[in-house]
Amino acid sequence: MLDLHGFGDQLLQGASITIQLALSSLVVGLILGLLGASAKLSNIKPLQWIANFYTTIIRGVPELLTVLIIYFGATTVLMSIASLFGYEEYIEIGPFAAGVTALGLTFGAYATEVFRGALQAIPKGQHEAAIVLGMHPRRKFFRIILPQVWRVALPGIGNLFLVLLKDTALVSVVGLEDIMRKANVAVSNTKEPFLFYLVAAFMYLALTIVSMMVVYYLEKRASRGLTRG
Amino acid sequence: MELDFSVVIEYFPRLLSGTWMTIKLVILSIVLGAIVALPIALARISKNPLISTGPFAFIFFFRGTPLLVQIFLVYYGASQFEAVRESFLWPVLKEPFWCAIIAFTLNTSAYTAEIFRGAIQAIPEGEVEACKVVGMTKAQMYRRILLPRAFGIVLPAYGNEIILMLKASALASTITLLDLTGMARTIIARTYTPIEIFLAAGAIYLVISIGVIYIFKLVEKRQNRYLGTLSIKVPDKG
Repeated sequence: MLDLHGFGDQLLQGASITIQLALSSLVVGLILGLLGASAKLSNIKPLQWIANFYTTIIRGVPELLTVLIIYFGATTVLMSIASLFGYEEYIEIGPFAAGVTALGLTFGAYATEVFRGALQAIPKGQHEAAIVLGMHPRRKFFRIILPQVWRVALPGIGNLFLVLLKDTALVSVVGLEDIMRKANVAVSNTKEPFLFYLVAAFMYLALTIVSMMVVYYLEKRASRGLTRG
Repeated sequence: MELDFSVVIEYFPRLLSGTWMTIKLVILSIVLGAIVALPIALARISKNPLISTGPFAFIFFFRGTPLLVQIFLVYYGASQFEAVRESFLWPVLKEPFWCAIIAFTLNTSAYTAEIFRGAIQAIPEGEVEACKVVGMTKAQMYRRILLPRAFGIVLPAYGNEIILMLKASALASTITLLDLTGMARTIIARTYTPIEIFLAAGAIYLVISIGVIYIFKLVEKRQNRYLGTLSIKVPDKG
């Protein structure tokens, strides 16, 4: 059958890194997305400006460039900030941290738009009912608004996660040991590029299919309170 | 931290030549991608599973795997086979430029085919019935009614696809092409000013994106101008 020349384990380790990167970036991105959407919908003008600036810039610049800027730029920025506090040692951020930052920022920018749409889709009556019942704004947000936003936003967020999963491959360019990088190593050892890149492609495809199934399950679960018809 | 933007001015002509490479890549793959996408979309709609399974698998593969893998498959993968290296295709497949074009075209055609499919299926059933009633053949119906209608519906989603392609074209730099990102990386290797040069490259991408959005707003207005007088809502489907 398929002879991977003993690189099968390596590729699986790479898959584990890819999954860790995707899930970490997802968490960062969801938080940034909710913050971004709240900022865009707030009445405070400077917050709106910041959120608009953030989404415009991130969505107009290639993801690869974002990864490169964060990876090569963060060191300079962090060191100059640290030197303000008198710390003069060399600071370096690793490919994983750079990847989570870059992909989280990208995911957050697109998620901002998804969450904004979802927040606006919640009927005004829901807010009013929660206030009438005497809920604290924070409680209203977590008990009433967020579960409904989640249901409306899920299809969009699911699509974004599939994009994010594929974007993780970009972080291999700055040396993260993910599926792509492991495939590169295997290729340079075995001189069988077609085989290993095809295997890598099918590993991503498998991850995509699993994610689609999870999103489908979550969507069903999120709309269980809705009766059709 | 001291940023020295004079390097940006010094190397601006080289960044512009990288920009030109990026624009060539995007335009070529978008045009070729649209040509490839149309038959795929039409076959994908077919109710005959023998015809629609192939396009389905094609679209699923190219949308479900990273573009980086696809580029490497074409650029490095093809050379694994003796038969390819000795075939007449080799002069094309050994050039990184054409490998990038092939990978981008296949990738964007999968996305574009889905956009086309959505648009064709968004056309109200009544218009298809009206075509049949006036006795059009299937070819006439597509050429005169469905495709022009679909073109109008497709425009917003298609504009997005071009911007995604513009951003994806940065991956060409991974196979040694000197596109905008590749050129920026080359300059940085010499000057070691990553922040300044990458920010300049990012700004150029942003300007191109804004240009594409603006052009599409104009075309959309023109293509859907008949809707203004009839006040029919175009289904917003991607």
